[in-house]
Amino acid sequence: MAKDLVEFRNLETHFQTPAGIVKAVNNVSFKIREGETLCVVGESGCGKSVTAMSLMGLIESPPGKIVGGEILFEDRDLLKMSKRELSLIRGKDIAMIFQEPMSSLNPVLTIGEQISEPLILHMLMDRKSAKKRAIELINLVGIPRAEKIFDSYPHELSGGMRQRIMIAIALSCDPKLLIADEPTTALDVTIQAQILDLMRDIKKQLKTSIMLITHDLGVVAEMADYVVVMYAGKVIEEAPVLELFKNPQHPYTKGLLKAKPIINQVQERLYSIPGQVPNPIELGNNCHFHDRCEFCMDICKVKAPPFKAHENQEHKSACWLYEEEREVL
Amino acid sequence: MSEVLVQVDNLKKYFPITGGVFQRTVGHVKAVDDISFQINKGESFGLVGESGCGKSTIGRTILRLTEKTDGTVLFKGQDLHALKKEELRQLRPKLQIVFQDPFSSLNPRIRIGHAIGEALYDHGVKDPKEVRERVLETMKICGLAPYHYDRYPHEFSGGQRQRIGIARALIMNPDFIVADEPVSALDVSIQAQIINLLSDLQRDKQLTYLFISHDLSVVEHLCDRVGVMYLGSMVEMASKQEMFKNPLHPYTKALMSAIPIPDPTLKRERIVLQGDIPSPANPPSGCKFHTRCPIATDKCKVETPKYRDVGNEHFVACHYV
Repeated sequence: MAKDLVEFRNLETHFQTPAGIVKAVNNVSFKIREGETLCVVGESGCGKSVTAMSLMGLIESPPGKIVGGEILFEDRDLLKMSKRELSLIRGKDIAMIFQEPMSSLNPVLTIGEQISEPLILHMLMDRKSAKKRAIELINLVGIPRAEKIFDSYPHELSGGMRQRIMIAIALSCDPKLLIADEPTTALDVTIQAQILDLMRDIKKQLKTSIMLITHDLGVVAEMADYVVVMYAGKVIEEAPVLELFKNPQHPYTKGLLKAKPIINQVQERLYSIPGQVPNPIELGNNCHFHDRCEFCMDICKVKAPPFKAHENQEHKSACWLYEEEREVL
Repeated sequence: MSEVLVQVDNLKKYFPITGGVFQRTVGHVKAVDDISFQINKGESFGLVGESGCGKSTIGRTILRLTEKTDGTVLFKGQDLHALKKEELRQLRPKLQIVFQDPFSSLNPRIRIGHAIGEALYDHGVKDPKEVRERVLETMKICGLAPYHYDRYPHEFSGGQRQRIGIARALIMNPDFIVADEPVSALDVSIQAQIINLLSDLQRDKQLTYLFISHDLSVVEHLCDRVGVMYLGSMVEMASKQEMFKNPLHPYTKALMSAIPIPDPTLKRERIVLQGDIPSPANPPSGCKFHTRCPIATDKCKVETPKYRDVGNEHFVACHYV
């Protein structure tokens, strides 16, 4: 069994808005093991990005605040670290790539300068060896003519190449954890296939753990070892990938799997989950999915279901359908 | 044989590239380069391709939202690009468009009831009561509640805004709707709702769609015939069944194999295309796809393949089919 690299324990990240408190991340716990790809899947606004931002210490305060819980990275709580300690880890042991590669690269610096920066800062290299390593990295992520790219600016590259550069920067200091927040959402499918291939190679070669945030269940099926499904700020189901797709438990997960049109499998009519994601402001302590759920019972409206394993110890979900207790009420 | 509603012949749309001190035209982006197809009444025609392949430009040029460079577009036998301004305005209610981004296509200061109904006033309905009735009826068809009438766009979620966009297109009882990536900005659970709405509307109102999308799985679900575009040209066109069972062009094959399928047990032979899409301002010679094609030969570099029928109304442009 691989060691745990990261553990979220009861993380609570809230945002103060004029209309009330938004519990963007509401009591979230899960683990990322070494060498594993963990996918966090959910629709927009479910808190998947905020979870990753909390891990990186990138929650802007105010309006955001981490009000509770722990994030353990190699058994040390990131939330208790000083800024200095955190900046030693961030960019070195934990690196992140974002959805929009254009807005995360600095347009006035060359690609080479941006890849060298973390090498000089974290690995204490001099300029010359940083350049050598940077060119190696550009080759590693599959861009030809590395020397020429080293001196180019971001606007000279295509979207897929920029995302490769982002990955090169993220990999520069041999991170233990790579967080990828919707890395292929802005790209075309043929380019997406290239980037996903690259990430799989990286995981195989460098044994990096990956936390992949996505809304696309197809990407999940291809990349994940372990899946966490989020809805309205909460983890509602988690399981190893094969188990989740074979045996989804939560009605939301089941609905998501059925709602996606799949190529070469034509259905007469797509299954659709009625209604929409609830307003995140001041959500009650109940099952947040209850008003869209076809199995909704009285207890779902008043009490939040516990998140636990039912038959398979590795497969957890939060739904009253699988609880004995509901009979009593 | 069903009736042809829209006939596109050798349509071209070039955008000039200007440069130098005098902003002279130094070249052209051939966004749509010699494309012909037809859409029959009551069918939905899917147009697929990656960003920059010209699929949206086709939609806009067909509706004459941009002027063509060459070629003809016939709607019920009338040449849309030859009509006078007023004649075109009279015809507009029959031709509608739904955009990708429901956020930016609604005026934030106009209540949605008015946003949906404004076209009615413009086209001769004078009685406010009748307008209100028709708006409410259309809203109901599109899954919006009557109390939404007086709300502003910011009060709606993405899926609801797309319903508003569809209602606006629908209020004039159109014959033909261009749907330009209508579900791309939406979450999966909402996307399914909108796809179902679009197919219900088509059945109930005998609509004809030009459905533009980059997502082959959505197109397969909704469309009867499919065209695949690459860099301004149509590379393959066939009925849905034919296209998905027997794709012929190497680009179509690669596109299909690139889509991630939500089944972790599936092991697929994937064709991963090398490189990026070339710039449409300077497309490769010969077959435009040869720079990324896994089976390209020297012939592909010099000779443009002919776009031809290979039987079963399956058109393809490749030397090796």
